[in-house]
Amino acid sequence: MTLAWLIIAPFLGGILAWLLDRRGSALAARWVCLLALAIDLSVLIGIVWSGRLAGAGPHGGFFLETRAGWIPQLGVSIHLAMDGLSLLLVFLTVFLGIVSVVTSWTEITRRVGFFHFNLLWCLAGVIGVFLSLDLFLFYFFWEMMLVPMYFLIAIWGHERRTYAAVKFFIFTQLGGLLMLMAILGLFFIHAAETGVYTFDYFDLIGAKMSSAAAFWLMLGFFASFAVKLPAVPVHSWLPDAHTEAPTAGSVILAGLLLKTGAYGLLRFLFPLFPMAAHEFAPVGMAIGVAGILYGAILAFGQTDLKRLIADTSISHMGFILVGVFAWNGLALEGVTMQIISHAISTGMLFILAGALQERIHTRDMQFMGRLWEKVPVMGGVAMVFVLASLGLPGLGNFVAEFLILLGAFRANPGMSVAASLGLIVSTIYALWIMQRVFHGEERKQWTPPDLSARERGVAAAMIVLIVWLGLFPQPVLNAAAPAINSLQKIASSQTEKALAPVSAEGGGNGTARSFSAAVLAASEAFACPDVLSGLPSKKSARMPFPPPSASGNVVFGPVSHWKLRADNKAGYE
Amino acid sequence: MLRLLWLIPALPFAGFLTLALFGRRMGNKPAAAIGVGSVGLSAFFAVLMTIGFISSPPPAHIYTQSLWRWISVGGFTPGIFLYLDSLSLIMVLVVTFVGFLIHLYSAEFMETDDGYSRFFAYMNLFVGSMLALVLAGNLLLLYLGWEGVGLCSYLLIGFWYREPANGAAAIKAFVVTRVGDTALAIGLFFLFLNLGTLDIQKMMNMAALHWQPGSAYPTIAAALILGGALGKSAQLPLQTWLPDAMAGPTPVSALIHAATMVTAGVYLIARTNVLFTMAPAVRTAVAVIGAATLLVSAASALVQHDIKRVLAYSTISQVGYMFLALGVGAWSAAIFHFMTHAFFKALLFLGAGAVISGLGGEHDISRMGGLRRQMPLVFWCFLIGAGSLAALPLVTAGFYSKGLILFSAWQSGRAGFWLWAAGIAGAMLTSIYIFRLVFIVFFGSPKTEVRKKPGPRITVPLVALAFLSVVGGFVNMPAFLGIKGGAVFSGFLSSALPQRPQPAPLPETELLLESVSAIVSLAGIYLAYFFFLAAPEYSGELAHTAPGRALRSFWFYGWGFDWLYEKILVAPYRWFARANSNDAVDLVYSFIAAANRFFHYGLSLSQTGKVRFYAAVLALGAALTITIAVFFTR
Repeated sequence: MTLAWLIIAPFLGGILAWLLDRRGSALAARWVCLLALAIDLSVLIGIVWSGRLAGAGPHGGFFLETRAGWIPQLGVSIHLAMDGLSLLLVFLTVFLGIVSVVTSWTEITRRVGFFHFNLLWCLAGVIGVFLSLDLFLFYFFWEMMLVPMYFLIAIWGHERRTYAAVKFFIFTQLGGLLMLMAILGLFFIHAAETGVYTFDYFDLIGAKMSSAAAFWLMLGFFASFAVKLPAVPVHSWLPDAHTEAPTAGSVILAGLLLKTGAYGLLRFLFPLFPMAAHEFAPVGMAIGVAGILYGAILAFGQTDLKRLIADTSISHMGFILVGVFAWNGLALEGVTMQIISHAISTGMLFILAGALQERIHTRDMQFMGRLWEKVPVMGGVAMVFVLASLGLPGLGNFVAEFLILLGAFRANPGMSVAASLGLIVSTIYALWIMQRVFHGEERKQWTPPDLSARERGVAAAMIVLIVWLGLFPQPVLNAAAPAINSLQKIASSQTEKALAPVSAEGGGNGTARSFSAAVLAASEAFACPDVLSGLPSKKSARMPFPPPSASGNVVFGPVSHWKLRADNKAGYE
Repeated sequence: MLRLLWLIPALPFAGFLTLALFGRRMGNKPAAAIGVGSVGLSAFFAVLMTIGFISSPPPAHIYTQSLWRWISVGGFTPGIFLYLDSLSLIMVLVVTFVGFLIHLYSAEFMETDDGYSRFFAYMNLFVGSMLALVLAGNLLLLYLGWEGVGLCSYLLIGFWYREPANGAAAIKAFVVTRVGDTALAIGLFFLFLNLGTLDIQKMMNMAALHWQPGSAYPTIAAALILGGALGKSAQLPLQTWLPDAMAGPTPVSALIHAATMVTAGVYLIARTNVLFTMAPAVRTAVAVIGAATLLVSAASALVQHDIKRVLAYSTISQVGYMFLALGVGAWSAAIFHFMTHAFFKALLFLGAGAVISGLGGEHDISRMGGLRRQMPLVFWCFLIGAGSLAALPLVTAGFYSKGLILFSAWQSGRAGFWLWAAGIAGAMLTSIYIFRLVFIVFFGSPKTEVRKKPGPRITVPLVALAFLSVVGGFVNMPAFLGIKGGAVFSGFLSSALPQRPQPAPLPETELLLESVSAIVSLAGIYLAYFFFLAAPEYSGELAHTAPGRALRSFWFYGWGFDWLYEKILVAPYRWFARANSNDAVDLVYSFIAAANRFFHYGLSLSQTGKVRFYAAVLALGAALTITIAVFFTR
C-alpha cells in the first residue's frame, strides 16, 4: 500500500487544495500541496531508510510491489512496483513538484486552487506512470497526466496558450493512441497464444509472436514514447507547449513529462520486444543523433528565451534515445543520469526564464542584454545551469552525456561520434543565452529586482543537486544499477529464446525485416568507415585481445557483445 | 608531507567558492587577500611538495593520492585521483608560482574595476582547474580540468561583459576549443573501450603491451588526443581564437593565454607520450603542425599594431616550438620551453599591461614611444623578456630552451633539417617582431603621456619574472658548454619522460647549431633596429609596395583563417538557424491542420439549410452511386 499512497497523497492533496481555494484561502491551498508532496517525500525517504533498496523482491530489481484486482474479467489489475529506477524517478517527481509549487507562489494569482489541483493530479499521474506494471494501468496514468497539463497550459499559459495546449494534446493523444493499439495487440496476441487474458507486465514479457508482429507493436510503443520524449520529427509540439506554459508547467513538462517517454523506452521497449528493438536500434540512434543536432540548431535560432530553452530539451532528449538504443550498462546508467540532470538543469533554466518574465514581462531576448549588471545573482545561477546544459564536467549532465556516449561508442562508434558533435552545438546555444540575456549591450532600461529569498532557496537547492550529481553521482548510479541490470537480463533472456524461431522462420517476414535489415546495413556502413576499420565493433573478431569474462559490479547483458577486461575492474583509477 | 598534495588544487577552489558566494559583499582588500592568498598558499605547498619529492623521493618517483571514487559503472571506474611525478611537479610549480605573481599583479591592476571579486573568483577557479588538469591521474579528471580551464578562459575573456565584442571573442574561444575537446572526448571513448581504463599510467602500459607500434589503434588514439591539444594550445588549424582572446584583462592574457592554459596541449601530449611514440605518423604531424604554426603566426606577429596581439601571435608561435619539440620526441625540451616561456611571456604580458594602463588603456603601438625614460623599470623588465623570447645567447632562458628544441629537431632524422630550418626562420622572425615592439614602444619620441606609474604590487611580479626569465635557463645547460651535470632539468624529468633515444651528440655540432641560433637572434635584433628605429622609412616603403601591402594585410588578418571559417562554417550555421527558426518540420503539421480546417469550412459551406439544395445533392449523389455501381463493378 505504500506505493498506492504515493499516488493517493497528491491526488487527495489536489482536491483539498481546490476546495480550500473555493473557500477563499489560496495560501492554504499552496501549503496543502506542499504538505501532500512532503508526505510523499517522507514516504520515499522512509523507503530508502528502511534499506529495502539493497534487497530484491521476487521480480529482479523490484523491492516493493502492490497488487490489487481491478477488472479481473479483462485481466486488469492495480499492479504497482518500485525498483531503483522508479524510486529515482518518483523522487525526482516529488522534488520537482515541490519546486513547482514554490516557483508558482507569486506567479499564479488566478484560480489558485484549480491550478494546484491540476498540478498535483498531473504529478499523481506521472508517479503512477513510473510505478505501474500493468499495461492498462500504465495507459490510464499516461492519459491521466495529459488532461491536467492541458489545463495548466490552456488556462495559465501565455499569449498563444490555446494553440499550444491543443497542439500538445493532439500530438500526445495520437501517440498515446498508437500505444493503446499496441497494448491491445500485445494483449490479444498473448491471449491467443496462452488463453490468459492479462495486461500484467511480467506475464506479457516473452509473449510469443511473429517478428513482424513484434516489430509493429514495438513501433506502436516507440511512436508514443518518441512523441513524448520528443524525438525528431515529432518534436514540434514541445517548443510551443513549453513556451506557452506557466513556469511550473514548463518545469513539469521538461522535468517529468518528457521523462515518462524515456522511462517507457527503458521499461517497455526492450524488455517486451527485445529482438525488434534491437533491430530497430540503428534507426533509433540515428533519430537520437538527428534530435541532438537539430534541436541545438533550432535553439540557436530562437529569440524567445523560453522557446530556446525548450528546443535544447529536444537536443538533450536525443542523448536519451541514443543511450537507450545502445542498450548497455554504461549507456543506460547514463540515460538515468540524463533524465535526472536534465530535469534539474532545464527545470532551473525555465524557472529563471519565468522569473525574468515575471519581472520584465517579456521573453524576447532582443529586448534583453547586460542584465548581469542588474541581477547578478540571477546571472550567476543562470551561468551554472547554462554550463550544465553544455555538459561541463563537474555538473550532472556531463556524467550523463559522457556515459551515454561511452556506451554508444561501444554499441555503434559512428553514431557516438556523430552524437558527440552535440557537445559543440550545445556550447553555441548555451553561451548565446548568456550573451543575449546577461552580457553585451543594454537594449532596454530594465530595473528588475534580483532573486528573492524564496527563489534563492530554490536555486541553491538546484545548484547543490546538480553539482552533487556531477561530482558524486555514485549513489544514483548504484540505485539504478540493479534495475538496469534486470531490465537487461529480461531483454537478453528473451533475445536468446527468440533466436531459434526467428532463424527457423527463414529471416522472418517481408517488409519489417527487409526494412530494418537495410537500415542496419546502412548504419553499419556509417559506423565503420574504412578509416576506422580498427575500431572495436560488434564483431569480436576485430578485438585487439580476447574478450574477457564478465566483470565489474554491473553485469551487462549479452546485448553488449563486448565487455571489459576483467583485470581493470578493481580499484580507483 | 606529500599527503598534503590535495591541498594544492583545493585551496584555489576554496578561494573560488568563498569569493563566488560572498565576494559581492566583500571589500576589495579581503577579496584580494583571499584571491591572492589562496594561490600563494598553493605555491607554498608546491614548494613543500618539491622539497619532499626531492629529499625523500616516493617509490618510482611517483606519488598518487585517491580522493574519492567519481563514477563506477561496470568496469568504468574513474576516480578523483591525483598523480604526482616530476612532470606534474614542474607543471604545478610553474602554474602556482607564475599564477601567484600574476594574482599579485592583478590585485593592483584591477583595483579600479567594479568586478574585482568576480575577477579573483574566476582566476582562482582557473588555477584550481589547471592544477586539477596537471595533477590528474586519469584522463577523465584531466578532462574535467581541461574543460574547467576552458570555461575560465571564456569567463575571463568576456570579463568586461558590457562590450559585445568581448562576448563574441569569449564565445569564439570556447567554441573553437570545444571542437578540439570533442575530439579529445572521442579519444577517451576510444581509449577506454580498447584498453579498459582511463588511468593514464595503466593505459600507457596496456597500450605498450597490446598495440603494435604504427598500427591503427595508437594512431587513431594519438590523433584524437592531438585534436584536443590543437584546440587548447591554439595550433593550426584551431589557432584563430587566441588573438581575439586578448579582449580579456591583461593579467588574464598573461596567465591563461600565455603562461599556462595554452600549454595544456603540450602537457597532454607529453603525458601520453607512449601513444605518440607508437604513432610515428601522428608524431610527424605534431612536428609539422608545430613548425607551420610557428612560422605562420610569427609572420602575423610581425605586422600587428595592437601590443597584445603581437604577444598573442607570439604565444601561438612559441607553443608551435613546443609542438615541434614534442613531434621530434624531445619531450623534456618541450617542457623546458614551456617553463621558460611561462616566465618570459608572462613577463612580457605584464609589462605590456603596465604600459597599457600607464597610457590610459592605449593598445596601439603606433601611439606609443619613448617609454624607456618614463617607465624605466617596466622598460628593463620588458627588455629582459624580449631578449629571452628572442633567445639572446647565453644570458637568457629562452636561448637554452629554444636551442635545445632546434638541436633536437636537427637530430630527428630525415626531415630534421627542414624542421630545424623552419625553427631557425621562426627564430629570426621572433627576434624581429619582438624588438620591433621594443624599439617602437620604448624608444623614439614619446607620443602619449604617462598617466599612471606602476605601484609595488605590479613591479614586484615584474622583477621576479624578469629574474626567472634570466636564470630559468641555467637549470639545463647544453653539453657544449662543458659544465658537468648541467642538464639538471632533463635529468629531473627523466623519471617521468623518456629520454631521446639518439646517440650522444657531438659537442661540435651542437656548438655550431647554437652559434647559428645566436647569430640569427642577433641579426633579427639588428634588422628590427634598422627597420623600426634607425631607418623606419625603409620599412614604410617596403610596406607600401603592392606585394608588401598584400602580404601585410594577409598576415595582419591571420592568413585568412577567420575569413574562411566565417564563410564556410559560421555564416552558414547562423543562416540556417535563423532561416529555420520557425522549424521547417512544423510546416508539415501546420499543413495537416490547415487541410483539416479547409475541409471543415468547405463542408460546412454545404450546410445551407435549403431543402431544395439538399434534395438536388441527394439525387445527384444517388445517380452517381448507381452509375458507379453499374459501370465500374463488373
